[in-house]
Amino acid sequence: MRITCPYCGTRDLREFSYRGAASDLERPDAEAPPEEWHAYLHLRDNPAGVTRDLWYHEMGCASWLVVTRNTVTHEILACDLARDVALKAREAKR
Amino acid sequence: MAELIAKTPCAGLLPVRHGGLSLTECAPTAIHHLAAYRGAAQLGVALEKAHGLGWPAPGRSTGAASARALWFGPDQALLLGPMPVAALARHCALTDQSDGWAHVCLSGPGAEEVLARLVPVDLRAGAFPEGAVARTALFHMSALITRTGAESFEIFAFRSMARTLVHDVSEAMKSVVAQRG
Amino acid sequence: MRIDGAGLINRNKPVTFSFDGRSYQGFEGDTLASALLANGVRLMGRSFKYHRPRGVFTAGSEEPNALMTVGRGAAQTPNVRATVQEIYEGLEARSQNRWPSLSADLLSVNDLLSPFLGAGFYYKTFMWPRSFWEKLYEPVIRRAAGLGALSGAPDTARYDRAYAFCDLLVVGSGPSGLMAALTAARAGADVILCEEDSAFGGRLNSEAEEIDGAPARDWVQAVLAELDSLPNVRLMKRTTVTGAYDQGTYGALQRVALHMADPGDRPLETFWHIAAKACVLAAGALERPIAFPMNDRPGVMMASALRSYLHRFNVAPGKRVAVFGNNDGARQTAEDLRAAGVEVAALVDSRPEAELPVGFNAFKGAQVIHTKGYMGLKSITVSTGSREEVIEADCLAVSGGWNPTLHLTCHMGARPVWDETLAAFLPAEKSVPGMIPAGAAKGIFSTAGCLADGQRAAKEALKALGLKAKASDLPAASDAPYSVAPLWQVPGKGRAWLDFQNDVTVKDVKQAAQENFRSVEHMKRYTTQGMATDQGKNSNVGALAVLADATGRGIPETGTTTFRPPFAPVSIAAMGAGARGKGFAPERFTTSHAANIARGAPMIEAGLWYRPSYFPRPGDAGWQEACNREVGFVRNAVGVCDVSTLGKIDIQGPDAAAFLDFVYCNTFSTLKEGRVRYGLMLREDGHVMDDGTCARLGETHYLMTTTTAAAGQVMKHLEFVSQALRPELDVSFTSVTEHWAQFAVAGPKSRALLDSLLDAPVDESAFPFMGCGAVTVAGVPARLFRISFSGEHAYEIAVPARYGAALYGDLVARAEVLGGGAYGMEALNVLRIEKGFITHAEIHGRTTAFDIGMGRMVSARKDCIGKAASRREGLSGPEREQLVGLRPVLPEGRLPAGAHLFSENRPPTRENSEGYVTSTCFSPSLGHEIALGFLKNGPLRRGEVVKLVDHLRGVETLCTVCDPVFIDPDGGRMRG
Repeated sequence: MRITCPYCGTRDLREFSYRGAASDLERPDAEAPPEEWHAYLHLRDNPAGVTRDLWYHEMGCASWLVVTRNTVTHEILACDLARDVALKAREAKR
Repeated sequence: MAELIAKTPCAGLLPVRHGGLSLTECAPTAIHHLAAYRGAAQLGVALEKAHGLGWPAPGRSTGAASARALWFGPDQALLLGPMPVAALARHCALTDQSDGWAHVCLSGPGAEEVLARLVPVDLRAGAFPEGAVARTALFHMSALITRTGAESFEIFAFRSMARTLVHDVSEAMKSVVAQRG
Repeated sequence: MRIDGAGLINRNKPVTFSFDGRSYQGFEGDTLASALLANGVRLMGRSFKYHRPRGVFTAGSEEPNALMTVGRGAAQTPNVRATVQEIYEGLEARSQNRWPSLSADLLSVNDLLSPFLGAGFYYKTFMWPRSFWEKLYEPVIRRAAGLGALSGAPDTARYDRAYAFCDLLVVGSGPSGLMAALTAARAGADVILCEEDSAFGGRLNSEAEEIDGAPARDWVQAVLAELDSLPNVRLMKRTTVTGAYDQGTYGALQRVALHMADPGDRPLETFWHIAAKACVLAAGALERPIAFPMNDRPGVMMASALRSYLHRFNVAPGKRVAVFGNNDGARQTAEDLRAAGVEVAALVDSRPEAELPVGFNAFKGAQVIHTKGYMGLKSITVSTGSREEVIEADCLAVSGGWNPTLHLTCHMGARPVWDETLAAFLPAEKSVPGMIPAGAAKGIFSTAGCLADGQRAAKEALKALGLKAKASDLPAASDAPYSVAPLWQVPGKGRAWLDFQNDVTVKDVKQAAQENFRSVEHMKRYTTQGMATDQGKNSNVGALAVLADATGRGIPETGTTTFRPPFAPVSIAAMGAGARGKGFAPERFTTSHAANIARGAPMIEAGLWYRPSYFPRPGDAGWQEACNREVGFVRNAVGVCDVSTLGKIDIQGPDAAAFLDFVYCNTFSTLKEGRVRYGLMLREDGHVMDDGTCARLGETHYLMTTTTAAAGQVMKHLEFVSQALRPELDVSFTSVTEHWAQFAVAGPKSRALLDSLLDAPVDESAFPFMGCGAVTVAGVPARLFRISFSGEHAYEIAVPARYGAALYGDLVARAEVLGGGAYGMEALNVLRIEKGFITHAEIHGRTTAFDIGMGRMVSARKDCIGKAASRREGLSGPEREQLVGLRPVLPEGRLPAGAHLFSENRPPTRENSEGYVTSTCFSPSLGHEIALGFLKNGPLRRGEVVKLVDHLRGVETLCTVCDPVFIDPDGGRMRG
């Protein structure tokens, strides 16, 4: 597997480490109800198809990436900086 | 009063030579990590003014032997050579890393092939010309690699891993030399 | 028997080798198989289950029969395919799976029992009693059935792994592959050409073909010369592409020195990771056998293999050779044999309409229905339906048609597609992104067709790469059509073998169907067909056809099993190349390492770091004595310890304080400059991640310390929080662990030591307890922190790492003058347990801030990572196991870590456990063992006697629950 880091270009899988679903970016407010926190911490989708994961370019530039890929075809559809995704989500909230 | 004698990371480990290939420790030099605060543009200007160096694009370096800036990550660079002027700290987090790196030079015919046994990045001149920089893996270690010539590379790895760095690179050197011809 | 001819062997270079202790001679360029055949050796192995005598069956990596053990001792390699192994001077090969010898194998009694040993025999027979499964049945069965064995000695040979990159990877160098590589190379593409064989050319090396009116090999040499001259081409022979993976990644195994008598420093094999933008799969095709009765005699082989031996190795595998096939390959083989001067005993073509050349003992519409010759073929029986004839022959060449070598196209989940006309599976469209099958791998079997298709495939790849092919003509070559009449099984008396390596017959597959293992996946597992080292390369399609017939379905409806990587066996040593011994993982050494070794300290691993365990002195009774002494240094004088392994993260930026307030559960924005604070970091799920001190060096400048073990994890966490959760904060951080060498100077005389060392004495007002600041040592700028992990008046001093070794030596020497010295990890552990300081033994991932008595550190005034979750029900309260100290009721009582805690009057069963011990030591200060542990509602049970039980070590101790701080509970020594 090869992932295209927006900074470093396409790199071998072994430079990256996996974290989990990109829903980790959607941290609830501190005062959000427990159910919302429960969902954020523990509930995950397991799609046969397009999914968004967080990967860390650990042996590279240390960027956190949101990788959009298809679990059926193994195709990678997009690699975005988690920072950009998070900032965009913030703007959308406002 | 104490007296402190300095020791380099690869003291006693290098140089290593195999069939025209050599792995040597680079002369100690000041290494500073520059991490730009919001907006690297001002930092670039300041760096240019203070040290005559452009801000390196991703995967590239600027400058020449005595003063270089190596791309190190998003809005980050390593300044090699000069002691950074204090004014730079207005624009960036400035951290002395001079003693943090084992800094070695691999050169000679087949240097590319040696690194192809350790590094999962295309380091052939076409894809990785002189001055190109990669933060990547060197076998199990994190490393920063830059091409310094047609047959020479500079490698930075953690100081504490100097022995492993020398071990891994020299084993690959032996293998490449043995496979010649 | 060697014959005349212009093969690829070098008759000027004879090579001596041995097989089963007997010496033979071959030539450079020979494989073990061709050299043995040249010496008249037909018997080369015994089958897996029935121990049937077997001879070489193919001339390639798909060989099921001729598996041998090569080399001796540590270098012994089992299951080497004699068809792949090139001979070298002194090569030692031995046959396998036989005892006492290949020709007299006692376990061939299994063959006589074969009526009872069919598919499912083991499953049905060895069911009872259950207790015999692992102890008796399995070892006995495994012993009886098997392959070669490893020596058991560590393999000392070198192996390599390597990375390669290209625009176009061409797999296979037959006419399609060479044409593809040439077309792409001429267009300027960066090309890698991989060939499994030791010679480029594919079938062109093994056929009497012509290209452009000259022997095909001349064309091969011309193309190779051109490719070799181009800087954008990398030619890799002896390299099998073993797997196709995501995003154009391919695995390939190169046999670098397996053909050499003395590899020197060369690796035996290199495992390549190839990243290719495009790939032309020109892997050719594999000829398939026909399942006729007793088709497994030594001497029966594939027709294409026979032609390889004939043309490439100039070996006639028999004196009187019969040929049997269902396509024109049979006729071709007979003609080639005749041209080489070998007697053709019979030409048997199953097709009634076949056009057979004159001058042969030819049979149309006929089949071989039986063979004779236990240790080697003696005769075949040919039936035309109306009459039967026994024909003497010592070799039978068989061709059942061709199966495209499409394995790699299936590695990402695609299923091949059945083609009625070719009676073969073809690669599915777009089966692997970027991979273009060409030539025989795609079902095109004529040389002219392959040349054209190789060029077409290259053009297609070039287009995708944005390159343009240069105009060029195709060389002229034979365009003979391929016509095949499916023939899978021949009825008759006797066993008809499908899978030679795993001894699976037509009857076994039929039986599987009968017993309702109708799915091809079930049939495979029930019969073990296709599960040997050849992975069914010779038998899959045949077995499938038999299963389809037995279940009354067509082949497409029956489906295929899944081809998974690797295409051919890959030695684990090659995959794990370089990762043995010192290459297993990086080793991290502190600047004090040499000094610690010089002092005889046994080193222990802490993550990747090596740290001194203790410092032995002559006359010590053991480590405990050294440990006690070192604890004494710190408690009574001054001890020195290298703490450089702790993670140190430099944090700067206008929002540094806000950032730290968010990642630590306690507050850092209120910390004064020049002061240090203990910080606790939670995971988002409310459990403790790590702890350590954090110093404020300037208004926007902090220095965080992590534990040694969690340094990497914390760095990754900080990056995540900064980039993904709080991207609006302007803060940056970088690890300075490697830049600073840092030493603890601990004990009542630490101040005196530092005063003698530093350029200016320690200023008490600048360095109160938890103070920090800049100092100089011999003019070298250093950092001094007044922090303590021992409970004593203590400091940590940091200098740039280049001075680490010098400073450590100086510190230890000064400490010794003051009645102290260096202390190791054992003493460090005792010192911290006596003070109730936690490590990852306590914050092991399942404990909360509440559990370790730090619940109140989770600030109510701000949000932080883990705050919301730490308020969840169940993560605090009396039901939680909480940190306590434990001391034995009787002073000799032992408190082993890992033991569980029980109420004194309850039986020590799992469900009664109320807690456990995490850290334990002998406290020289108190004169007995002490421990830290977790106990339900622990802090409120101080003074209670509980029962500690270690079931593993058989220890039971009554102990008193106490405060985890055993020494100086109000901290006077640390602060004073």
